[in-house]
Amino acid sequence: MTRLPKALWIGAILSAVFLAIALLSLIWTPHDVETLTIADRLQPASATYLLGTDQFGRDTLSMLMVGSQTSIAVAVVAVGIGVAVGVPLGLAAAASRGSLLDEVIMRGNDLIFAFPSLVIAILITARYGPSATNAILAIGIFNIPVFARVARGGALPLWTLDYILAARTAGKGAVRISAEHILPNILNLLIVQATIQFSLGILAEAALSYVGLGAQPPTPSWGRTLAEAQTMIYTHPMLAVLPGLAIVLMVLGLNLLGDGLRDALDPRLRRART
Amino acid sequence: MIEISNLDLAIHGQPILRDVSLSIGEQEIFGLVGESGSGKSMTALALMGLLPGGADVSGRLALDGTDLRNLSEAEMCALRGNDIGMIFQEPMTALNPVQTIGDQVAETLTIHGKASRQDALVIARDRLDRVGLGHLPLDRYPHQLSGGQRQRVCIAAAIALHPRLLIADEPTTALDVTTQAQILDLLKELVAEENMSLLLITHDLAVVSDMADRIAVMQLGQIVEQGLTHQVLEEQAHPYTRALFAASEHQPERTDGQDDDVLLDVRDVQRTYPGARRGVFSRGEPHVAVNGVSFQLKRGESLGLVGESGCGKSTLARAILGLEPVQAGSITAFGKPVGPDMPNALRSGIQVVFQDPYGSFNPRWRVERLIAEPFHLMSRPPQGADRTDRVADALKAVHLSPDDMHKYPHEFSGGQRQRIAIARALITRPDIIVLDEAVSALDVSVRARILDLLSELQTNLTLSYLFISHDLSVVRTITDRVLVMQTGKVVEAGDTEQVFTDPQHPYTQALLAAAPKLPETLSGGSHATLV
Repeated sequence: MTRLPKALWIGAILSAVFLAIALLSLIWTPHDVETLTIADRLQPASATYLLGTDQFGRDTLSMLMVGSQTSIAVAVVAVGIGVAVGVPLGLAAAASRGSLLDEVIMRGNDLIFAFPSLVIAILITARYGPSATNAILAIGIFNIPVFARVARGGALPLWTLDYILAARTAGKGAVRISAEHILPNILNLLIVQATIQFSLGILAEAALSYVGLGAQPPTPSWGRTLAEAQTMIYTHPMLAVLPGLAIVLMVLGLNLLGDGLRDALDPRLRRART
Repeated sequence: MIEISNLDLAIHGQPILRDVSLSIGEQEIFGLVGESGSGKSMTALALMGLLPGGADVSGRLALDGTDLRNLSEAEMCALRGNDIGMIFQEPMTALNPVQTIGDQVAETLTIHGKASRQDALVIARDRLDRVGLGHLPLDRYPHQLSGGQRQRVCIAAAIALHPRLLIADEPTTALDVTTQAQILDLLKELVAEENMSLLLITHDLAVVSDMADRIAVMQLGQIVEQGLTHQVLEEQAHPYTRALFAASEHQPERTDGQDDDVLLDVRDVQRTYPGARRGVFSRGEPHVAVNGVSFQLKRGESLGLVGESGCGKSTLARAILGLEPVQAGSITAFGKPVGPDMPNALRSGIQVVFQDPYGSFNPRWRVERLIAEPFHLMSRPPQGADRTDRVADALKAVHLSPDDMHKYPHEFSGGQRQRIAIARALITRPDIIVLDEAVSALDVSVRARILDLLSELQTNLTLSYLFISHDLSVVRTITDRVLVMQTGKVVEAGDTEQVFTDPQHPYTQALLAAAPKLPETLSGGSHATLV
């Protein structure tokens, strides 16, 4: 069972590499991605263009680097929306378990879950115009019920514990108990869920960009780079393979990280491993 | 039949068992007694070949002369359930909640290829009848059964193939006294009639003294004394055996410090729970958990509340703590009404200690913060050095070191944690402390010391205790008056000695009769004074 810590390491390194690339691209890229150098179009990999150029003469490596910014930014904000709205809802539902409020929150969650998320995201962006902001909102809304459920599920068994009763005899209210006792003890669940939702967010952003409803040109995005390259997949396959590979590696890294964290943070699994 | 000799066990290099030797004969009941961590369960698991990973075993574990350590895993599988059956402490988790009881008993038979599914179900019916569940259909699920019935199902599954040896690991610890007595009777009967031996593992000397032919006393992975039950109990050759005895009979020193000042007045209290939801708007019949209970608690008095699980004693405790509303009647403390809306100043006068020394603390907080939590009740809580001093004083009052405030709860043993829980209850200087099964999860020797501490604190601080427990012997040692509760009602109330020596209500009589007792000749004699 030595596989588990290794998976965590691979995931952490992959995720860190992509994060570093995104940060680096904020200050430096090998070439400017907004200048089209038609003369240098469809160049193979060379010393000047490490991964070649696309049909407009833009450097593929630079495009991928800047594209990681879009992916990570969209996913971070979308997960942030899910955590900021979903976790308080879940905690409130758990604190008032069995009441009408709990019922309303959880059935509202079920309602959102009942819609296919990507189709609704397409609907939202089609109605309010394709942009990175609308993509973030669309993905973020579907993160809310996920975090609400995880928070409620993690909080429910805690509410029956004696130390919560002790806190109540100390005169603390539900809000205070949720913040002081419940939240710190379900944090590991939330961290794991956040990494998984993060990878799903990246996939969703890529999918929206692929159909042209995500970040708009000239902002580079992996999904759109992939879409633009697909007409040339027989003549210049690397143009489509590289952004696809970037998406795969990033999502794989985050999933490994999430899995690894779950095992590392869950004391029961930790004991089972030894 | 079973021959364990010179068994040594280490798990990840940590020694667990040292030089354990015992033998169990045909149709013998062998009692293995010891406190938690003494290695009694590990001895049983070694016999079953079910030790956790990283275990390093040496010695001999023989069944009818074959050394079980030489058998392959497949051969052990054939043996488990077939020659050796086992039942556990917690019948709720020992059964699969999504399988019917018939299937679970039949499973033992089909796994070993002893019967087809059809025949297995017929045998399962017969086995369930045998353990006294003749009135239950096979298609019942575990959650539809009571704790005692579940343990009977476990026993039926364990004896389905007529094993030569049944290992019972704390089989009655999670059960009420009356149920415990029935299960022990059943086990005794099965040993006599099914030609089976029984290895009874327990922490309770009284249980084995009544059941076992021979007993072994374990301490820290070693058997310190073994022999015929009456011999071991009478001679108590080893100091640890004497200490265990003294602890289970321990009578804390108490002073009579009560006066006529009524602190808590409970009148005709009724607590009902709404029925289970049946759809969005409708609910089932409400459940009456506490039904017309009245009593008074005086300053410095210790009042016992006894009853079996589900009788409403913990519900009543939560109402007295003002955590839940009551539907009828009134609770007044210090002359003011108690309820969910009561002011914090009143709350700080009634504090609580819970049963579970592991669930009582937020694992992520340090002891200082844990103990200081009730300061939240004060309008101007002590700050800085004052606060630290108060926490240190509370720790000293429960005989812990003030330096312990910087540690996390997992660094303490069960008994120490219960001391921390008491310190937390004391920090606001309350007059009433509700002790909800506060010593029930502790080993006898630890329990004796906590009872001493409670008694000492009561004398020094003139505390009033509401001592809630299912354990009659403990209640007898620490209370002045006792209330006996059954299905939400108080059926008998009176001075503790009076109720225990001359119970009037049939339920009290049944409870007292069911409680396992150490033989009269041994208790209270010269041995008890040795520790």
